[in-house]
Amino acid sequence: MRNVAVVGFAQRQMKEFDGSPTMVELLVPLFAELYEQTGFTRKDIGFWCSGSSDYLAGRSFSFVSAVDAIGALPPVNESHVEMDAAWALYEAWLKIQTGEIDTALVYGFGKSSAGTLRRTLALQLDPYTMTPLWPDTVSLAGLQARLGLEAGLWDEKAMAEVALRSLSDAERNEYAVRSGGSSIDDLLARPLYADPLRKHDCAPVTDGAAAIILAADDRASDASETPAWITGFAHNIDPLHLGARDLTRAPSAAAAGSAAGVEGVEVAELHAPFSHQELILREELGLGANVKINPSGGALTSNPMFSAGLIRIGEAAAAISRGDAGRTLGHATAGPLLQQNLVCVMEGAH
Amino acid sequence: MTTSETRTLSAPVHVGFDYTRSVGPVLGEFFSGLRDGRLVAGRLADGSVVLPPPEFDPTTHAQVTDFVDVGPAGTVQSWTWVPEPVPGQPFDHPFAFALILLDGATAPFLHALDVPRDQLEVGMRVGVRWAAERTGSITDIEAFVPEDAASAPLALAEGTVDPVTGIITPVNLDYVYAASPEESAFFRALEEGRIIGQRCPTCHKVYTPPRGACPVDGVPTTDEVELAHTGTVTTFCIVNVPFLGQKITPPYVSAYVLLDGADIAFLHLILGVDAAEVRMGMRVRAVWRPEEEWGTTVENISHFEPTGEPDAEFDTYKQHL
Ligand SMILES: [Zn+2]
Repeated sequence: MRNVAVVGFAQRQMKEFDGSPTMVELLVPLFAELYEQTGFTRKDIGFWCSGSSDYLAGRSFSFVSAVDAIGALPPVNESHVEMDAAWALYEAWLKIQTGEIDTALVYGFGKSSAGTLRRTLALQLDPYTMTPLWPDTVSLAGLQARLGLEAGLWDEKAMAEVALRSLSDAERNEYAVRSGGSSIDDLLARPLYADPLRKHDCAPVTDGAAAIILAADDRASDASETPAWITGFAHNIDPLHLGARDLTRAPSAAAAGSAAGVEGVEVAELHAPFSHQELILREELGLGANVKINPSGGALTSNPMFSAGLIRIGEAAAAISRGDAGRTLGHATAGPLLQQNLVCVMEGAH
Repeated sequence: MTTSETRTLSAPVHVGFDYTRSVGPVLGEFFSGLRDGRLVAGRLADGSVVLPPPEFDPTTHAQVTDFVDVGPAGTVQSWTWVPEPVPGQPFDHPFAFALILLDGATAPFLHALDVPRDQLEVGMRVGVRWAAERTGSITDIEAFVPEDAASAPLALAEGTVDPVTGIITPVNLDYVYAASPEESAFFRALEEGRIIGQRCPTCHKVYTPPRGACPVDGVPTTDEVELAHTGTVTTFCIVNVPFLGQKITPPYVSAYVLLDGADIAFLHLILGVDAAEVRMGMRVRAVWRPEEEWGTTVENISHFEPTGEPDAEFDTYKQHL
């Protein structure tokens, strides 16, 4: 295996983006930040890979328009996944492993505010037996949360603790859409929204984009004084049929964590759009009480579709770059109710 | 359209299509069952009974062929309140989604509950309220209701006996589409009867409509350039095929017009000339609609028509094909 590291990370997370759903005008300054961080120019990038969805944009081939931000003439080596850009990062990492390229720029973007997000996401369900009922994302999460409450796997207080820690930590994150710690009692006194969920149990609708540069071996050491070397990278999937699995669990997260090797991580950035889903992920990944979870505030404080998972990996890499931790984990999820899970484990100097 | 106070123009966009699919042998059993007023589950290799039946057994990967009727009553395993229903959901007033374990099944089934919120509880017994007309769709079940309020399905219309082989799911989505700042400037200029482009600060090419970034250099195009209303046809196609939403009767010509002063061609219609006479290099000019009809739209330009000038030399547009 080649040694590959995250050497640059830039992000934007906002309540509403006043501009085109292709987000070219947002991506251009993000790429400029990455060139500044790494000393690369766009001619140094061997491969480009993005994650986005036309359903979010309400516009066909939005990822093709976004390619303008790259500067795609003469032609570049480019690919796209209809997934969170964390999966685009996986594709780029794999391509570097083939030896064909040494560097890659991966980006994700999504303007969730263009439509009704919780409704649009009903289209990722089984189109025969589920989508015709339009079960929205928040309702499905509510069903999952109550199953765990009824089974005694977690309680309302444990969910509020996740929200409180996220909102408090987000005070130090300039990009967070929501922040401000209060108290467990205060959170539990707030009204139920999609019973048993309160609004602070659900990620806010967020527009945004993010980008990461990967580089191999010497190219990584040239581009960064503190590369975050990827030591394990895996993704797994559970059945789409909601009756075919125990919804209080995410076996695919456990499988990905086991394959990526989560032992010894000090910081874990988990992509959990609902408070109880963080509890499921901690359990499946076997993260003990000594692991610091989501120091960025996590997805409960901003959740830009198609880049929130990539941001988790970027934040986990940044924790290494800042010297906050020697070994960290970034996690991304996709599909309904933690159906698909990806884990990327990184380490500092080695 | 919003006013010029905002940075960008925006407009509502509706995306709609009928998702039309054959259902295959397994879901065909399920949908035929619903149409007939029965709940048909699949029995899997490990003995579990799942509704709707999965097409393939997740353990053996074999096609599911063992079908068994379950319900029609069952027990609520989980529910969630839907305080703000969205279009397409079973009710437009607040209701509940639930996971229901039907009698005889081993895995829960997702559907709606039409039960007042203060009566909802895990473990409650519920039954089906069937739709008045059943077509072989998940919405043949209108909702689940308390067991004592459940109803037997009404008889089918005469002659409805063939198995269900397909479904049509209407998908309708509403968006607010925002133009980029560069596109917004372009549309605002059109409202004033002007065509503008923007010049890349690096390679100096002029793009119209302006783009968020130069595709050659990946930098924002910044300098605004006013373009002529005349140009050269670089390439064209004669549309002979009728299609949904077509506004002009075929045959007509759709063409790329390289406006004088621009480095990228602009797609529009060529009218006012026999389609057979349109050719590469033909010089054309924009024909505008009456000023009182102008808005922030490219439709302000009705079409392009020949200027009568001699054709442009191939060398003047060969870089733009
Ligand atoms: Zn340029």
